Amino acid sequence: MNAAHAGRAFVAILWRELLRFVQQRERFFAALVRPLVWLLVFAAGFRATLGLSIIPPYETYITYDVYVVPGLIGLIQLFNGMQNSLSMVYDREMGSMRVLLATPLPRGFLLLARMLSGTVVSIIQVYAFIAIAALCGTEMPPSGLLPLLPVLVLTGVTLSALGMFLSSRIRQLENFAGVMNFLIFPMFFMSSALYPLWRVREGSVLLAELCQYNPFTYVVELVRSTLYLDFNPLALAVVVGTLVVFGALTLIGYTPARGGPAAARAGAGG
Amino acid sequence: MDAASGSRAPERPAAEDVEPVLRISGLSYAYGKTKALEDVTFAIRPGRVTALLGPNGAGKTTLFSLVTGLFDSRRGDIQIAGHRLRKARSRALAALGIVFQAQTLDLDLTVTQNLRYFAALRGLPGRAARRRIDELLAEIGLSDKATAKVRNLSGGQRRRVEVARALLDRPALLLLDEPSVGLDIATRRWLIGHLHDLARDHGIGVLMATHLTDEVTPEDDLIVLDKGRVVAAGRVEEVIARSGAIDLDAAFTNLTPVTHGAKSGETA
Repeated sequence: MNAAHAGRAFVAILWRELLRFVQQRERFFAALVRPLVWLLVFAAGFRATLGLSIIPPYETYITYDVYVVPGLIGLIQLFNGMQNSLSMVYDREMGSMRVLLATPLPRGFLLLARMLSGTVVSIIQVYAFIAIAALCGTEMPPSGLLPLLPVLVLTGVTLSALGMFLSSRIRQLENFAGVMNFLIFPMFFMSSALYPLWRVREGSVLLAELCQYNPFTYVVELVRSTLYLDFNPLALAVVVGTLVVFGALTLIGYTPARGGPAAARAGAGG
Repeated sequence: MDAASGSRAPERPAAEDVEPVLRISGLSYAYGKTKALEDVTFAIRPGRVTALLGPNGAGKTTLFSLVTGLFDSRRGDIQIAGHRLRKARSRALAALGIVFQAQTLDLDLTVTQNLRYFAALRGLPGRAARRRIDELLAEIGLSDKATAKVRNLSGGQRRRVEVARALLDRPALLLLDEPSVGLDIATRRWLIGHLHDLARDHGIGVLMATHLTDEVTPEDDLIVLDKGRVVAAGRVEEVIARSGAIDLDAAFTNLTPVTHGAKSGETA
């Protein structure tokens, strides 16, 4: 595989993902409605009763809706990562993944291309969400929006890798839908997405400890610090580490020579 | 048809003298403790149609999954167009066109979109891909369906598109796993005829898995697979003669006695 071949193949995989996204308008609206409900209904209620004292990276007192935006950006990417993996399971069941895996392209490249193209879709959703949130009066520093872009690529690919790993271990589409819900909500609630960890610790030390072992906490904190032009090396290290671990496990899962169950299932049938 | 269309290949050496496009040696595979393939050895020649005949469960799909790299076996060797699948996977798969048993087109894309997507995965540049797609659609008689969504095509039309997709990158070896399943008689006839045209005119080695003896023509090469083992291989008439049968149906029954519920040596 040369660079031109890789480029064409990546553009094709991205184009197919974008086309799917455009064709499934409901998916776009659902992806936006979910965080907007949290922001406009849940956070609006808390805004009146709960303010947050000055904690890094914030340099001033902030309202609750401002605090919750990075968590909702993470939620968009988490859902999207799972959606991307769900479509991998669907492709596997329908057989079209066999066509992809039997092309003369390295497995690692194919998986990365799928994860990146899903991430591009999630980034479109994130910026649409930020625009609507701003229109609704939730203030964010505009200077943080551009530096946020590479971070969203990293966090998006990391959450996709997590979803891809799950898709490589799960046999049926129906099971995957169940596991998605089982995973998404605990990951979201047991993180710093909705409350700062010091507040969680006041309520339950155990819960705060659990939140600290949740990679999604670091996804949210990385987005939060970047949005406010701050640097959070711990969050960056944990996100990169999560990507390396789940990326490697996904590659193993989809490589038959390494005993990958997903690759074998893709070949089965007929 | 003019010479530029390239419908006839230049003269080639006799098929017997050239290197096989697919060489399988001592290949075995098991699902856990259940053996699916055992010590399978054969070669496919370019410019020939080879039927891989076997009853359901004989191991045909497993064999195809191994040849397409979806499964991996450490016992045995697969070479495609001279490239070892395990050592040079990309080069080996680049020489391969595949039609899977299950239909694998994206239903929500048009015929051309499906073909362009696959052409890009194979690394074909845009202009060359467009030219090749036009050529192939004309060849399979579906030029007027270029912009139709696959969802709106019949099963036979979808199968034609899948054959075109497998040929986009001019493969040396074309694999088809029970490609006639669910097709009407006219489409089956077209398909079998088209495969012979491809082998004769373009020198492609064609390996078609089937469990239907009427899809095998007398001029084909034949491999009979039963319970994961090659039980006969050669030209069709040789296989019939060696099995002591009067025709291919009878030979197939003799060669796969347990599956067909017949005692070895019986002729149907």
